[in-house]
Amino acid sequence: MIPRAIQETEAPFLRKKVPEFRVGDTVDVHVRIEEIKAKGEKKQRIQIFSGDVIARKHGGVRETFTVRRIVQGEGVERIFPLHSPVIDKIDVRKRGKVRRAKLFYLRELTGRAGKLKERRGARTGAETPVAAPEAVPAAPEGSPEGATPPTKGAPKTEKVAT
Amino acid sequence: MLEALLGKKLGMTQVFAPDGTVTSVTVLQGGPCVVLQVRTKERDGYRALQLGLDDRREKNATKAAIGHAKKAKTAPKRFIREVAWAGDALPEAGSVLTCEALKDVPKVDVIGISKGRGFTGGMKKWRFKGGGAAHGSKHHRKPGSVGQHTFPNRVFPYKKMAGHHGATRFTVRNLRVVAIQPDVSRILVYGGVPGPAGGYVVIRRAVGHRARGGKAGA
Repeated sequence: MIPRAIQETEAPFLRKKVPEFRVGDTVDVHVRIEEIKAKGEKKQRIQIFSGDVIARKHGGVRETFTVRRIVQGEGVERIFPLHSPVIDKIDVRKRGKVRRAKLFYLRELTGRAGKLKERRGARTGAETPVAAPEAVPAAPEGSPEGATPPTKGAPKTEKVAT
Repeated sequence: MLEALLGKKLGMTQVFAPDGTVTSVTVLQGGPCVVLQVRTKERDGYRALQLGLDDRREKNATKAAIGHAKKAKTAPKRFIREVAWAGDALPEAGSVLTCEALKDVPKVDVIGISKGRGFTGGMKKWRFKGGGAAHGSKHHRKPGSVGQHTFPNRVFPYKKMAGHHGATRFTVRNLRVVAIQPDVSRILVYGGVPGPAGGYVVIRRAVGHRARGGKAGA
C-alpha cells in the first residue's frame, strides 16, 4: 500500500491522460526537445520515437516503459518515465499479441522473427484514456473481433502443435 | 528565529522538473509542534524551546508527562526535543510552530535514528572485503586477522568486529529543501533520511545556513 502522503505528493506530477497500452504494442512517443539556437533563443520541437513497447516497470510516478525499434539495421532502445513532462503524448499505433510481460527475447531476433503479431480489432489511436468506457472497438480492415491473426512469419513459440 | 523543527519521515518518491529532470525526495511531516517549555537566559542560562510532536493518549502517558504538558495547556507528546532559538522574541509555552517557520531555509540537516540491523557481520558493518566465494576458499565472510602474536598478545580495543549495527542517531547534512507545503505540514528534501518511514526526525536549519548571531548546536 502506498501511504497517502506519498500519493498526494506524486499526484501533481502524474500524467492526466495515460493511454492504455501494453507490452507488445507499437507506439509513437512524442518527445519535447528544447533547442538553443545560435542567437540564444530557445525553440521547442517535437521528436517522435516509434517502436515496440518491450517492458513496463515500476508503478506510480516512477513507472517507466521501454521502446525498441530498429534504426538502420541496429536495435535502439529508449526508456521513458511514463509521467515525464518531456513526453508530449503517446500514440498507440498497433496492438501486439504477446505472451510475455517483458519482450527482451526480441533482442536476439532479427528480421521477420522480431516482428510482433497484431491484436486485430483492439482500440488504437492518440492518447486513448485509461478509464475509457467499454466501447465497441472500431474494427480496422473489417476484421471481426477475435479473428485469428495470420500465422505466417510468427515467432516459433506461437506455433500450434499438431 | 526557529532553528529546528520536529517531524516524521513519511516515505520517499520522486518529483519531475519541467525539463524532465527527476529529483528523488523524502517526504517529511514537519510539525505542527507545540512549545512545551521555554528556556530563558535568566532562568536556564541559554535560550531554547522544548518542542513536542504527536499526542500520546493520557492512558499511556506518565503522570509526570501529563503534568508537564498541562503547563503548556496541551496533551502529552510522543516525541519531545529541545531546539535552539536565535533572536530575542521567544514564543510562549503552548504556542504552535509549523513548517512555515522553515520557509526561507534553502538547506536542512535531518537527524534521525537509523534502522536497526541487529547483530551484523564485519562485511556489512565495516565494509570488509571478505574472502573468495569459490575455488575451495573456505574464507567467505570472515573478518580475517584481528592482530599480532605473543606481542602484544591481545586484541586492541575498538578493533572493528561483528556486532550490533544501526539504531543509532545519525545526522544527514545539507539536504536541499525541494518544497514546503504548509497546508499539509510537509517538507520535501532531496535525498534520503535515516530511519524507517514513520520514524521521528529533527529537521534543522543546515549549520552552514544558520542566521548570523544564532548559537550553533540544537
